[in-house]
Amino acid sequence: MANLELNLLKLKNACAQPRLQLEHYLAEGKKVIGCFPPYTPEELVHAAGMIPLGLWGGNKEPVLAKSYLPPFACPIMQADMEFGLTGAYKGLSAVIIPTLCDTLRCMTQNWRFGMKSIPMIPIVYPQNRKSPASIEYLIDEYETIAAVMATITGQMITEKALCGAIEIYNEHNATMNNFSKVANEHLDIITPTIRHIVMKSAFFFEKAEHTTVVKEIIYELQKLPVYKFTGKKVILTGITCEPNELLKIFEDNSIAVVGDDLAQESRQYRTDTPSKGGAMKRLALQWNARHGCSLVHEEGKPRGSMLLKMCQDTSATGVVNCLMKFCDPEEYDQPYFEMDLKNGGIPTLTIEINQHTASLEQISTRIESFAEMI
Amino acid sequence: MDDVKTINEVPVAKPKRPKAKSMIMIGEQTKALFDSAIAAKEKGELVGWSGSIFPQEIAETLGVVVLYPENHSAGIAARHQADPFLQECEGPLGYSNDLCAYAKVNLAYATVLAGKSSVELPDGGKMVKPDFLLLTNNICNQLTKWYENLAKQLNIPIFFIDTCYNPWDHVTESRVRYVRAQIDQLIADLSAFTGKKWDDERFKEVMKISQRNSYLWERANNLMDRKPAPLSGFELFNYMSCMVCNRGKESTTAILEQLNSEIEKHIADGTSTYPTKENYRVSWDGIACWPYLRHNLHTLKEHGINMVASSYGKAWAIEYEDLDGMARAYCFASTNGDNATTMISRRLEALKKFGCEGTIYHVNRSCKVMDCQMMEVQRQLSKLAGVPFTSFDGDQADYRNYSEAQFETRIQGLVEVMEQNKEGK
Repeated sequence: MANLELNLLKLKNACAQPRLQLEHYLAEGKKVIGCFPPYTPEELVHAAGMIPLGLWGGNKEPVLAKSYLPPFACPIMQADMEFGLTGAYKGLSAVIIPTLCDTLRCMTQNWRFGMKSIPMIPIVYPQNRKSPASIEYLIDEYETIAAVMATITGQMITEKALCGAIEIYNEHNATMNNFSKVANEHLDIITPTIRHIVMKSAFFFEKAEHTTVVKEIIYELQKLPVYKFTGKKVILTGITCEPNELLKIFEDNSIAVVGDDLAQESRQYRTDTPSKGGAMKRLALQWNARHGCSLVHEEGKPRGSMLLKMCQDTSATGVVNCLMKFCDPEEYDQPYFEMDLKNGGIPTLTIEINQHTASLEQISTRIESFAEMI
Repeated sequence: MDDVKTINEVPVAKPKRPKAKSMIMIGEQTKALFDSAIAAKEKGELVGWSGSIFPQEIAETLGVVVLYPENHSAGIAARHQADPFLQECEGPLGYSNDLCAYAKVNLAYATVLAGKSSVELPDGGKMVKPDFLLLTNNICNQLTKWYENLAKQLNIPIFFIDTCYNPWDHVTESRVRYVRAQIDQLIADLSAFTGKKWDDERFKEVMKISQRNSYLWERANNLMDRKPAPLSGFELFNYMSCMVCNRGKESTTAILEQLNSEIEKHIADGTSTYPTKENYRVSWDGIACWPYLRHNLHTLKEHGINMVASSYGKAWAIEYEDLDGMARAYCFASTNGDNATTMISRRLEALKKFGCEGTIYHVNRSCKVMDCQMMEVQRQLSKLAGVPFTSFDGDQADYRNYSEAQFETRIQGLVEVMEQNKEGK
């Protein structure tokens, strides 16, 4: 139990102070690459011998960022720009920005000109994944990133190093998915906030290190008797569910999170990199296999049926749509998955996520009512 | 005496300028396109809806009728008919009001076509129900999501050309190969789906027409470099439909030849359609604020400001010689798909070429891809060109996102700086 608490504390501290994690790795002589959300190809960073560090915004009111972004831009991007301009990311060797939405497209340019001290590496994922040519195109994008990173490290990425990184990331995926399952048997310990911390903290550790910590957490949890949870169970969907004060509201209403479809959490772990072929191609094929995400083009609007299945598998009786403010890809998905869930008998609650919002009173009332409904 | 008084009291109506022949031709062409879609449906043929910078030469070669939701939504907004569609979309359909207003109008319109909404169609449903969708993302990512939803709602397929955002200063060969492969696939898939036969000779002909039209469109835009300009710049927005919806047609060639000759006549005669003295020449950045075009024009006219260059209309001047060239051109066509360096260099060239004394930025609430890097572009461009700028909050189709007072104040401010600059010269 002591190990469990210590490990959870370690992850909690990393989420609370990512800057300390950055400084820790810099002190070890490592180079660190900032990874904008979501789906940054961290394996390439890892294979280059550097540490990928997630840049997921935070509670930072935009002041300097207002010179780059209008008030209706994504709160994560506003916070990232503000953190950059105020020096919070000092020490990063570069940032990688995936252009998965219109705001992210523009962020590549805002960063390029506004943050000249930290170089920007763009990654433009193909969206017509039915086209076989998308694989070749994406390999070329990855090779460009690898070439730019070689200019930072002075070393080329080897096939062996990239294959090794893929193994580490696949193992991390498996560990995180396993944690999700085991967590549901210990909902007294793994509260919504703790669950979120375990998931999010992966962005602030070297991945093998994070895998080790999470495996230890799983090991300690499995030694404990299964906890019989009597409250309500929900699935979260969206980009993120933050800040911690918001998750505390779930706890106060005896609501457990038993699964998630959040870009910051399980979405990134549900698609493994395939095992055969050249490493770059394997990574490209992983992108082609991603599914059920608002940022990845797919016909048929499959997210609703995916969420329904998640509810069945976890005995969740409600879905909370954590709608990131001004996130148009998510806003387009919303009417369809809500309708599918409704038709499947699963109630949905949509709450607006804005990392800068101080007042959660209204959301608290709505979660309270939702708890009574499910 | 009484008679004289009566005569004096009757306001003398300002003689209305006769409509230019090219404008009449545009009206006829637009009607013909919608009529052809209805006729195609009656014959049992398939009709598509398309993104505005899709390589339409493919459908044109196959002889398939294609309509353009962005253009159609703009028309609805310009005629002040958007409200019931916006309300329907944000109400019963459950969409956020944060989304693109072109999309919201169209998604609501499509719901009516699908028989699931009773909003009255002000145009009688001339935007007929599509059987397939032609999608590109050189405009924006939202278009991808919008079309995903249309495809689901109407249960129809998407034919997608992913042009990929271009963060580099050139179009990478990997993009050209990817887009070229998709064009080849599109030709095969669309032929099979529509039952139409691909004809290489016809394609060459369409490419030739399309190239001639691009040349004529660019030429008409370029003739605005004369001082004073031969046209009121806003008029060029009216001709965009022939480039957006009919780029590969000979009817467009006829319209643009007519437009060019009308402009040339103005230049030869020393006349202009701009209704007052051209005191200032400006460039316009962003899509037209369709619901308030009249107010924009009126305010600018009060100060003698003519919009002689726009970042937007020229997006359809797409030049290429073969399929690889076509792939490259469509990757690089839209100002929205380009990085800031390319945006700035294109705008800088235009500011110089057209002798602009200021820039007006439309902070279009519908369009994050335009707005989210605009501030940096403004700063750099203003410094490089030595030209002041102003911006105003508006929307391409949502009438709720505009303040007449703000527009007037911002323009007044710009005029003051432009005037100081004139005096300083």
